Amino acid sequence: MAQEFNNNKPEQNHAEVKEKVSDAKREEMILFLADTEEKEPIFSKENRKLLTDPLNDDNPITVQVLGICSALAITVQLEPAVVMALAVMAVMAASNVIVSLLRNMIPSRIRIIVQLVVVASLVALVDQVLRAYAYDVSRQLSVFIGLIITNCIVMGRLEAFALGNKPWRSFLDGVGNAAGYGLILVIVAFFRELLGSGKLFGYEILGHKGATLAESTGLYALGYENNGFMLLSPMALIVVGVIIWIQRTRNRKLIEA
Amino acid sequence: MEWIRQKLDKFKKPFGKGEKLEKYAPAVNAIDTFLYTPNHTTQKGAHVRDAVDLKRVMITVVLSMIPVLIFGMWNTGYQYLSQIQAEVGFWEALGHGASKVVPMIVVSYAVGLGIEFAFAVMRGHEVNEGYLVTGLLIPMIMPVDIPLWMLAVSVVFAVLIGKEAFGGTGMNILNPALTARAFAFFAYPTFMSGNQVWVSEASNVDAVSGETILGSLAAGEQVNYSVMEMFMGYIPGSVAETPTLLILLCGLFLIFTKVGSWRIMLSAFIGAAVMALIFNALNIEGNELTNFPWYQHLLVGGLAFGIVYMATDPVSGAQTTRGKWIYGFLIGLFSIMIRIFNPAYPEGVMMAILLMNVFAPTIDHYVIQANVKRRKKRKEKGINPQIDTAV
Repeated sequence: MAQEFNNNKPEQNHAEVKEKVSDAKREEMILFLADTEEKEPIFSKENRKLLTDPLNDDNPITVQVLGICSALAITVQLEPAVVMALAVMAVMAASNVIVSLLRNMIPSRIRIIVQLVVVASLVALVDQVLRAYAYDVSRQLSVFIGLIITNCIVMGRLEAFALGNKPWRSFLDGVGNAAGYGLILVIVAFFRELLGSGKLFGYEILGHKGATLAESTGLYALGYENNGFMLLSPMALIVVGVIIWIQRTRNRKLIEA
Repeated sequence: MEWIRQKLDKFKKPFGKGEKLEKYAPAVNAIDTFLYTPNHTTQKGAHVRDAVDLKRVMITVVLSMIPVLIFGMWNTGYQYLSQIQAEVGFWEALGHGASKVVPMIVVSYAVGLGIEFAFAVMRGHEVNEGYLVTGLLIPMIMPVDIPLWMLAVSVVFAVLIGKEAFGGTGMNILNPALTARAFAFFAYPTFMSGNQVWVSEASNVDAVSGETILGSLAAGEQVNYSVMEMFMGYIPGSVAETPTLLILLCGLFLIFTKVGSWRIMLSAFIGAAVMALIFNALNIEGNELTNFPWYQHLLVGGLAFGIVYMATDPVSGAQTTRGKWIYGFLIGLFSIMIRIFNPAYPEGVMMAILLMNVFAPTIDHYVIQANVKRRKKRKEKGINPQIDTAV
C-alpha cells in the first residue's frame, strides 16, 4: 500500500514545486533534468558498478563498517542469516526507490523523519510477511527484523545515495549494498554454524554427536568437538575481522596510506 | 662448535642473497640466530651498549619457567598415581607426567613456530624469539587432559589473531598465551573446567576426585587440602599453575635479573589480598568463595602463575612506573572479584589479565598526561621542571 501511495504522488507535486521556484533556479533545474534525461542503457557500466562495488571495494560491513550489530546477532546459523539478508535487501531496494522518487519534495529539515517513516512502514510489511510465511525463522530473528529500521546501512544509503539519484540507480544501489551486507552475513554464518554446531542449514554434515564416543558418527567419532566460542557474539566480530584482514591483503586499494 | 658452524653455512648457501631459495631465508636465519648471536650490528640511530637483547630476555624467562615446568610434570604424575596406588616414587611420577606434558609442549611449539615461520617468510621479516616463551607457557596453563588437537587449535588462534593480526612479536595487545587459554576456555568448556580434566585420565579411573580447590568451593563443597599443600602445590590444577612457592622463587629470579617488574607482581598480590579481605569481611551467605580465607585465595588457582609470568609481559602490560602499580593492583582486584562473583569462571586471573591488557595503554596515557600537567603547573610557578623522572 505504502508503495502505491508514494508512487503516484510525486508526479503531481513535482509541478507545484516547479512553479514556486524562481527563474534562476528553474533554469538550473531544467539543465539538471535535461542532463539526467540522457538515455542510458539499463545495465550500463556505471549502473553495473552500483551493483558490484558494494560486494568488494565498498562493502557496507567490511569497508564502511556499518550494520555490525545485526551481523553479530543473527549469524549463529545460516538460515536466519539468509532470511535477514533477503529482508534487508527488500527493505533497502524499496526504500531507496521511494525516497528517490520523493527526493525533490522532501524538505531537507525533516528528511530523516520522512526516511524513517518510509523504512519503518516497509519493515513492518516485511515483518508481517515473514510471520505469515516463515514463522519459525521470524521467531529466531525476533527483534532484529524490527531493528532493520535502525540499521545504519539503510539510512546511510538513503542519505548518501537515494536523495541525489534517480529511482533506477537508487534501486540498483539498494540491491547492491544489501547484497554486500548479505554476502558477509552468509560467510560469517557459514563458519559459525559449521564450526559452532557442525551443521549447515540445520543438517549435521560433520556427523552426529552421541552421548559417548561410540554412539557418535563422522568426525565426532574421531573425538572432534564443536567450538562453543563460535556461538558467542565476540567470535562474529573476530570472523568479520579476519574477513577484513583477508580482503585488505588481496585488495591493495583498500589500505589507507 | 666449529663443525656446526660449517654445516650451517653449507646448509644456508642456497638461501643467500640472489640464490633461488632467498625467499625462505628468514626461516633459516632463525635457526642460525637461535644457535649463534646475530651477526648484524646497528647501522644508524642511537647505539645502546648493553648485553640485553630480546633473545637474552626470552631465554631468561624460559630458564625461570623450567623448574615450575618440571614440578608441574611431577605433580601431574603424582595426582594421577596417588589416586590408584599408595606409594608414589619420584621418578615414576615424573615419568608419567612427562609422558603427558611433553607431547603438549611439542604440539605447542610445532604449530606455533610453524605459523611464525610461515608469516616471517610471507612478510619477509626475521623470526623473533617471542614464541619460545609463549609456546612453553601455553601447555603450562592448560589442563593436562585436553586433547592435543584442541591445544593446536588454541595455539593457531592465539598466534594468528592474538599476535600476527597485530603485526607479530612486540605488537600484540593481548598476552598470546592467555589468549590461547581464553579461546580454549570458551570454545571447549567441558574440557577446560569441571572435575574430570585436571587429573590425567580421570575419566578412566573410577572414584577420582580431580576437582580443583576453586571448583569445589564454587560447587559449595569442603576443601580437603591443607594450607601447606596449597603453598607447595600438591593439588590438582592446570599443568604448572599449582606450586606457589616455586613460582614465587622463580619470580624473585625474574626480579633479580630485571626481566620481570616487581611493581606489577607486588601490586597485583596486594590488590588480590585487598579484594579477598573485603569479601571476607562482607561474608556473603551461600557463596563459599567469600568465606575462603584471604591468604588462601592468594595460594590457589593460577593467581601466582598468572601474576609472575603473564601480568609482567612487557609487551601487553603497562609501561610507566605509576601505571605498573595501577595495572598490577587492578589485576589482583579483578582476579578475586571475578573468581567470587562468577563461580562459572573460577580462573578469574586469566580474565583479569586480559582485561587489563586492553586497558594498559589507557592507563599509560593518563599517567603521562598527569605528569605533563604537573610539570606545566610547576613551570608556571617558576620551579625548574627538568628534574622529574617519576613517570
